[in-house]
Amino acid sequence: MERRAKILEIVRGISKRDANPAPDQSLFESGIVDSFALPDMVAALEREFSISIPDSDLMPRKFETIERIEAYIQGRL
Amino acid sequence: MAWIKAFGSYLPQRVVPNAELEALAGVEPGWIVKASGIEERRFAADGETVVDLALRAAQDCLAAAEMEPSQLGMLILASGSAERQFPGPAASLAHRLGLSSAPALDLPVASAGSLIAMSLASRLADAHGHILVVGAEIVSRVVLRPPVDRDTVILFGDGAGACLISPDAGLARILDYVLYTDGSFADSLRLDYRQPLAMDGRTVILQAARKIPRAIQELLKRNSRSASEVQSFILHQANLNLILKVAQALQVSESKFCATVRRHGNTSSASMLLAAAECWRDEALQPGLPVVFGAFGAGFHWGALLALPA
Repeated sequence: MERRAKILEIVRGISKRDANPAPDQSLFESGIVDSFALPDMVAALEREFSISIPDSDLMPRKFETIERIEAYIQGRL
Repeated sequence: MAWIKAFGSYLPQRVVPNAELEALAGVEPGWIVKASGIEERRFAADGETVVDLALRAAQDCLAAAEMEPSQLGMLILASGSAERQFPGPAASLAHRLGLSSAPALDLPVASAGSLIAMSLASRLADAHGHILVVGAEIVSRVVLRPPVDRDTVILFGDGAGACLISPDAGLARILDYVLYTDGSFADSLRLDYRQPLAMDGRTVILQAARKIPRAIQELLKRNSRSASEVQSFILHQANLNLILKVAQALQVSESKFCATVRRHGNTSSASMLLAAAECWRDEALQPGLPVVFGAFGAGFHWGALLALPA
């Protein structure tokens, strides 16, 4: 499965909604990922892509849209 | 290491239900409980000060310990909402308690202040004797400053908690603690002079949800304990959803977490001691089974403390 599709799957799993956000759509403002789902989403990304996200990178804006998540993960691989 | 001898608490009389704030915050009925688990909080009366609240909690704590203020060797007061820049409320609290020479120190650290004060007191008790730790806050006046922010006005309440740390016997022996600070997130939760509280809630939750469990796990590991052995977790009462996140991360039943946030709201540095005073009174804590305290807040400052009931 391509990376973006895996990210979308994680977002849908975390939000428990069949959401289909545009790549540049805010997951927060759209209500797809709320504040307390965000830590779960980050943990799921770490597991799925076998990466460790340091605390210094735990900034919501890095995970606000599908394309930002994708860019961040690309940079960590 | 020292002992926890007693806890004390004080809550202002005025109960503020969610309905009163939902209109102010422009949110639908039920939104506050869903977002925070909070059902009500207390607001201090006009004219009531941080020192007034601190004094009531201090007196309650000293009464529980059957001690007089004159027996105190030191006082540490944590508050992020003191009314003036200096002197801080510790000196005034000491004066109101009738103390005229014991050192009284301010810890102007919101949220995690009481945990830091307890930790420091556990190291200082051998030198200074009985140390009264107080966390006292009137955050309502801060969050009600215009423009009112929906995300903060719903969370905070006023109150004071106290704890007596003693070099000899008490309710529980303090075994160890861990304290941390990461100033790179200082702007994420801050109170500038004469400004409303500024909080980037997502960053706070994202950081706290990771740092609190990690601190607790590190503390337990270096003391050859596991989370499953802990009989009670008494955390800073920031938000019920965050407390549940910590329980989930530690893989521990939610029932082990003292949760007074529903009725107190987030009382910042007072909250952990307020929770401790209630839960220590209401729960039958067993000797020999660990209790963990934990807090996270503006700074970011965070940490955990391990105690063993006698």
